[in-house]
Amino acid sequence: MGKRRNQRVARSRLQDWLPRLQHPRIYLQRHAQVALDSLGRMYRNPLPSLMTAAVIGIALALPSSLYLLLDNLHRMSGSWDGQASLSVFLKEKVPAAQRDALAGRIRAWEEVASLQVITPEQALDEFSTHSGFSTALEALDENPLPAVLVVVPQTAHTGPAAAEALQKKIKLLPEVELAQLDLAWVQRLNAMIEIARRGILLISALLALAVLLVIGNTIRLEIQNRHDEIVVTKLIGATNPFVRRPFLYSGLWYGLLGALLAWLLVSAGFWLLAEPVAALAGLYQSDFTLQTLPLVTLGVLLACGTLLGLLGSWLAVGRHLSAIEPS
Amino acid sequence: MIRFTNVSKRYPGGFEALTNISFHMEKGAMAFLTGHSGAGKSTLLKLIALIERCTRGQIFLDGENVSDIHRRRIPYIRRKIGFIFQDHHLLYDRTVYDNVALPLVIAGYRHQDIGRRVRAALDKLGLLSKERMYPITLSGGEQQRVGIARAVVNKPMLLLADEPTGNLDPDLSREIMQLFGLFNEVGVSVLIATHDVELIHSMDYPVLALDHGRLAATAEDYA
Ligand SMILES: Nc1ncnc2c1ncn2[C@@H]1O[C@H](COP(=O)(O)OP(=O)(O)O)[C@@H](O)[C@H]1O
Ligand SMILES: [Mg+2]
Repeated sequence: MGKRRNQRVARSRLQDWLPRLQHPRIYLQRHAQVALDSLGRMYRNPLPSLMTAAVIGIALALPSSLYLLLDNLHRMSGSWDGQASLSVFLKEKVPAAQRDALAGRIRAWEEVASLQVITPEQALDEFSTHSGFSTALEALDENPLPAVLVVVPQTAHTGPAAAEALQKKIKLLPEVELAQLDLAWVQRLNAMIEIARRGILLISALLALAVLLVIGNTIRLEIQNRHDEIVVTKLIGATNPFVRRPFLYSGLWYGLLGALLAWLLVSAGFWLLAEPVAALAGLYQSDFTLQTLPLVTLGVLLACGTLLGLLGSWLAVGRHLSAIEPS
Repeated sequence: MIRFTNVSKRYPGGFEALTNISFHMEKGAMAFLTGHSGAGKSTLLKLIALIERCTRGQIFLDGENVSDIHRRRIPYIRRKIGFIFQDHHLLYDRTVYDNVALPLVIAGYRHQDIGRRVRAALDKLGLLSKERMYPITLSGGEQQRVGIARAVVNKPMLLLADEPTGNLDPDLSREIMQLFGLFNEVGVSVLIATHDVELIHSMDYPVLALDHGRLAATAEDYA
């Protein structure tokens, strides 16, 4: 008896669904229409819609730009990683001939991959072109800068311990004033980047939650505003998915619009930063340029926004829509 | 078409609005549902449209037992019924055309079919010239006719009307009742709740009379 009933219910459910299976085009057409309707509804109330989208945009722009900054930092430190080097400052009174002999000796060490000599004249030259102190430097009658040997260790000796051993060995040479391991602060920077990455992850999670709440609240208000309409459509045979659909599309549009705004904000911010960063990179003799959102990241941003919008409205709809039943 | 067997409805507050109702209305029949205010007329119609669920007994619609039907199937049952509400329940931010088209949109009709059917329904109710207007700009009688057009546009097999002439003057009321008669003539089953005794007596249809939630007279008594 129960089985017969189940069969009958299954059959009638199939009959309910049959039109949808038979006419997928109509089904898709209806989706497109609802999507456009939801967009039109936002367009007819431009100010509140834009405000919601702007809040979402700012909330998404914050973690995106932080992430992007971090990515650039990482790229920057990464470009130094491979050529972890020792800057060896020589004592002031070391004559040029002794300096070159020393350079030749160190170059011959098995730990050393390459060595570059920066004479005091070269150093002064560079410093005056990049620092903006050229006139001040001209006022000096004597070059205050020491000669520097830039020592790049063999790859086997770039590890922290080996590099430090090399540093100690060089420090013991009588001509040497100071041997600075550039690797140390690269490592420190990397450690900090790792901490920042976690921090950003946390901030992203919190802001994603904020986006969910903003969209959820917007959709809740929209449901309230359309309470009577929901009741009427349910009275004349609308299914829950039918009633749900326009609100889900609203959420989707809000998320997408917010993500697009976020992208605009981030792009504008980085455009403003690009020039000073290029100048700074010039100071460090680097051809580093600030990288704005690559297309893949833009895709991820848009997808995240859309998904958050959909999820936020889904939650709101689930909480508030089922409570509305005609009576 | 409609069969009630020992149906009772107790509202959450504990008030029993209908007690032990049994009756049968044939397919293609037309009948009136009467009774004093508070007798349970609206409740009975709501049980049929599954807006309220009965607390005891069984309700059959077109042979299908709907008294313990799953919530998810309710919309599909409602699509077989045209419900006309006393307070119209129109959407006031949509045109007459869009209001009437709504049941077809919900049921997933093709765009072209929707236009054809909506115009046919509007034509039948003399509203063709008003299709671009908003309900708020129409008179009470016209709004009621929009509600009727929306109820019949989907070609339902059953029409339920709750006090459809409640706010209308006698001439308009008679006109609307005659409209229901026309739908009935093409095979639609019609059940009309009204307390307008004069109107009932002037028309020759069976009457279900409710009194404090109990059935005082069945359709057979008037047949
Ligand atoms: N949702 C409800 N909750 C509690 N009592 C209700 C509800 N709806 C109706 N009633 C009560 O049920 C009785 C029948 O109401 P109704 O069916 O509307 O009568 P009618 O339509 O004949 O005037 C009334 O006494 C009314 O107060
Ligand atoms: Mg009533």
